[in-house]
Amino acid sequence: MTAAQPGRDAEPAEVPRLEPNAPVVRRIAQQETPVLIVNDLSKTYADGTEALAGIDLKVRQGEIVALIGGSGCGKTTLLRLIAGLDQASRGAVQVDGETIRGPHPAVGVVFQEPRLLPWLDVAGNVGFGLADLRRAERRARVAAALERVGLAEQSHRWPRDLSGGQQQRVAIARAFVAGPRVLLLDEPFSALDAFTRKGLHEQLLDLWAEAKPTILIVTHDVGEAVTLADRVVVMRPRPGRLDETVAVEVARPRAPAAAGYEEAVRRVLAALDRSLRPVETRRDLTPEGRANWW
Amino acid sequence: MSHRGPLLRQGYRVGLALLLPLVLAIGWELAVDSGAAPGRLLPPPSRIGATLWDLARSGDLRLHVEATLVRVGLGFLFGAVAGIVAGALVATVPLLRWLVDPSLQALRAVPSLAWVPLFILWFGILETPKVLLIAVGVFFPVYVAVSGAIASVDRKLIEVGRIFRLSRLALARRILLPAVLPATLVGLRTGLGLGFLFVVAAELMGASEGLGYLLVDGQQFSKPDQIVAAIIAFALVGKLADMVLVSLTLPLTRWQDTVRDRL
Repeated sequence: MTAAQPGRDAEPAEVPRLEPNAPVVRRIAQQETPVLIVNDLSKTYADGTEALAGIDLKVRQGEIVALIGGSGCGKTTLLRLIAGLDQASRGAVQVDGETIRGPHPAVGVVFQEPRLLPWLDVAGNVGFGLADLRRAERRARVAAALERVGLAEQSHRWPRDLSGGQQQRVAIARAFVAGPRVLLLDEPFSALDAFTRKGLHEQLLDLWAEAKPTILIVTHDVGEAVTLADRVVVMRPRPGRLDETVAVEVARPRAPAAAGYEEAVRRVLAALDRSLRPVETRRDLTPEGRANWW
Repeated sequence: MSHRGPLLRQGYRVGLALLLPLVLAIGWELAVDSGAAPGRLLPPPSRIGATLWDLARSGDLRLHVEATLVRVGLGFLFGAVAGIVAGALVATVPLLRWLVDPSLQALRAVPSLAWVPLFILWFGILETPKVLLIAVGVFFPVYVAVSGAIASVDRKLIEVGRIFRLSRLALARRILLPAVLPATLVGLRTGLGLGFLFVVAAELMGASEGLGYLLVDGQQFSKPDQIVAAIIAFALVGKLADMVLVSLTLPLTRWQDTVRDRL
């Protein structure tokens, strides 16, 4: 399975390594076992559409990785495969060394829409995944999570009475309260206004800081990616592949004025720009279209 | 008008709703009273009221209402249970859907009264064909509502259940059931309404008691006041049964304001 081993040695000598990414590559290489390993993951639909081709990705404990790219580059497909909601055509996903064959207790998901159950109140929705716990413990955990996202006062309201931002906060609390090792977020803030989104970024990082789950977040928004992520992975369409990776080395909490922030945004934008060019003109890619940074 | 309390506003609306029948009733009463109208085929409200009162005092009304309610109740119970079970099975088992649903849809197109002669041949004219006819009437709206509701449950909510690794049973109990409840209740209400429709047909085919019997009896002995009294009793009993069903099920759909509007 040569495809499973993105060949560092097989790489043609004349293609230069992308220097900006070298620290990330080294850091990941040094790490013993990443929490999330995606290995040669591919998805071809029944009609022959190739949605994803040969995705390789390793994410370490507590790292936040943003997946960014234009529409149709398979970001959501990738997330659904990792979540175990769809079956891959080839390749595998491992979480903590366990191969994903379906939804897994260690993997939490926040969808693009809140997907709250309309017949449960806010507390019922947050505690939905905790049915196995004793009532008192479930209540305590739900209350703590709601406190975290600033909805402690709303615990008995119906989802329909909440704003879009509040609903998404409930969805985030529902995912966090189950204590996932890996949390997948699929453009969770795309439907919200900029102001609400900023508040949610802070609350998400707040929640993350507690148990430091590994986070994989799909986004369209470069600012969002740079604000949240340690690493921004750019994807390329038709078929969906990983392209360049930009390490974001900006101290937290991050704000647009922070040192290095604008530089990171510029680099992500440049990488996005390159990802739209035809593969043949790319010197930084192998002939099969694999990113060379690995 | 916006400063009025909700109670006052509701009273106002009830008053408006009663205005038209009251005006018509008083007008007819006066017309018959003054000799402008004969009142033989359509008796004035006072005579209908007197007939109703006589029926109630003699205990006959209670007897007839009870007989009708028992038939509707049994027919509704059988029809609703069968409709829910069949709807759930057909919506969740594809093979059954392809096998059974086309036939059921064809049967649904048969006007239920067309069954009457057959049921009489099969079961005679006692209680069985009556209850069965009502059950058939109740079955179809419930079946259509339940199977349609299950088929249209939001796939995205099912995925939430999958993410939390619910078993098939838990998925049915915690997501499917609450999701289909509102549409099911609407189907049950329609079914109950049809139950009252068919109890009349059932009692017209031969009965010695029941509100439908009062209708037949009134026709045969030229007692229009008794016919109208039975019609009024039907309206009251049907409305009451509907209100009971709604108030029993309202707590289950508290979360959905659109259902409350529809009910």
